[in-house]
Amino acid sequence: MSPRLRNLVIALVAAAVLGAAGLWVLSAPATIAPEALAPRTADLANGKTMFLAGGCSSCHAVPKQEDHTRLGGGLGLVSPFGTFYVPNISSDPKDGIGSWNETQFVIAMIKGTSPDGQHLFPAFPYTSYQRMDRNDVRDLFAYLRTLPAVAGRVRDHDVPFPFNVRRAVGLWKLLFLDGKSFRPDAVQSAQWNRGAYLVNGPGHCAECHSPRNFLGAIVESKRFAGGRSPDGQGGVPNITQFKLKEWSLEDIQETLDTGMTADADRVGGAMIEVVANTSQLSEQDRAAMAVYIKSLAPVEGRAK
Amino acid sequence: MTFRFVLGATLAMAIVTTAVMAQSDPIAARKALMKGNDEGARVAIGMMRGRIPFDRAKIDAAFGQWADTAAKLPALFPDNSKTGGETHASPKIWQAKADFDAKAAAFGKTVADTRAQGAASVEGLKAAIPVLGKACDNCHADYRLPMK
Repeated sequence: MSPRLRNLVIALVAAAVLGAAGLWVLSAPATIAPEALAPRTADLANGKTMFLAGGCSSCHAVPKQEDHTRLGGGLGLVSPFGTFYVPNISSDPKDGIGSWNETQFVIAMIKGTSPDGQHLFPAFPYTSYQRMDRNDVRDLFAYLRTLPAVAGRVRDHDVPFPFNVRRAVGLWKLLFLDGKSFRPDAVQSAQWNRGAYLVNGPGHCAECHSPRNFLGAIVESKRFAGGRSPDGQGGVPNITQFKLKEWSLEDIQETLDTGMTADADRVGGAMIEVVANTSQLSEQDRAAMAVYIKSLAPVEGRAK
Repeated sequence: MTFRFVLGATLAMAIVTTAVMAQSDPIAARKALMKGNDEGARVAIGMMRGRIPFDRAKIDAAFGQWADTAAKLPALFPDNSKTGGETHASPKIWQAKADFDAKAAAFGKTVADTRAQGAASVEGLKAAIPVLGKACDNCHADYRLPMK
């Protein structure tokens, strides 16, 4: 081997090693320091509001049973990457999250990192939850602790290679998790901002009501323009003014309250569970969500 | 009396028409029932919100419509009505017909249980509507396919 060629090979190998090391560093699961959370007394009522707005029970409650506070998990979420089985987030210390501390919970919600330092799959919509106020997340944690412990570990995800490589989720996060919390729009009313926060943060409405790209991330230019159902069956409607032009504010609020649509039909699919929660929110919060949704500029997408 | 005769004949005609329709086109018949349910819901929620003046007779008619649906529904899913007419009926209905029928009966029971209260006052309606809505969804969640 000529000295020149040898130098070239060495340079290439060094670049590859450095590149791999760089990716390894960049894909590291993010956390926050425990001291970042100053001591405070939890507001359980607000925690319940977050629980309802977030619809935690829609995915985490044990399927096919009435009690929405039994968060033993087990529901299968069908996706193009495989089937994700929703974990047990009940207060059970062994099978649920009863042994987690507050910081670990905040990290899971905001950074998508588990207490054992692994990336959580974005089927858990931390892309939305990262917008949440940390105090709201802390209140939610306090509220979850008051709910019953449900024994039983949920089966492993049925996600084939390469999508089961947890570290790769770190690279996904570099592309699609911006780490920003909700920023109010000073031009808009307090009501609009409350609605925008609930819809985009805890409510994570865009997660189902938007199309996804080939990496499974929301297509931001088509946000709220309709998507696919999380159970893999059928579509989720466009909720921009492209589709909801004929809907009044009251119509949207009514849907979130009683589940009746503007044409007096009933919501279907996963939205039935969503309404089971939003119907328990305050009148003001539903009105705020309606004001924000009604303000969404028309974006063409799935017609229904 | 002529009036009585006309009324009787009209009612008989209506029953016969529905029966014939149910036999010849069950998909259209169940769609007509659901459409009527929607109309009843529009009236009920309108009254609950004060957009429509409370009218005992009208709200009782809506309850009548829902009760009618619960009673008729189980017979409107013969084997030859699985597809066609843009139906949103899930194939699960025919796989679990007994459960489907039980859910229709449960809906009928909820309608009967809430009727007196719901048709009495706006306050009564406010209490009845969420219960009724849940009864609708109880069946839709398993047996109605999403809208296209």
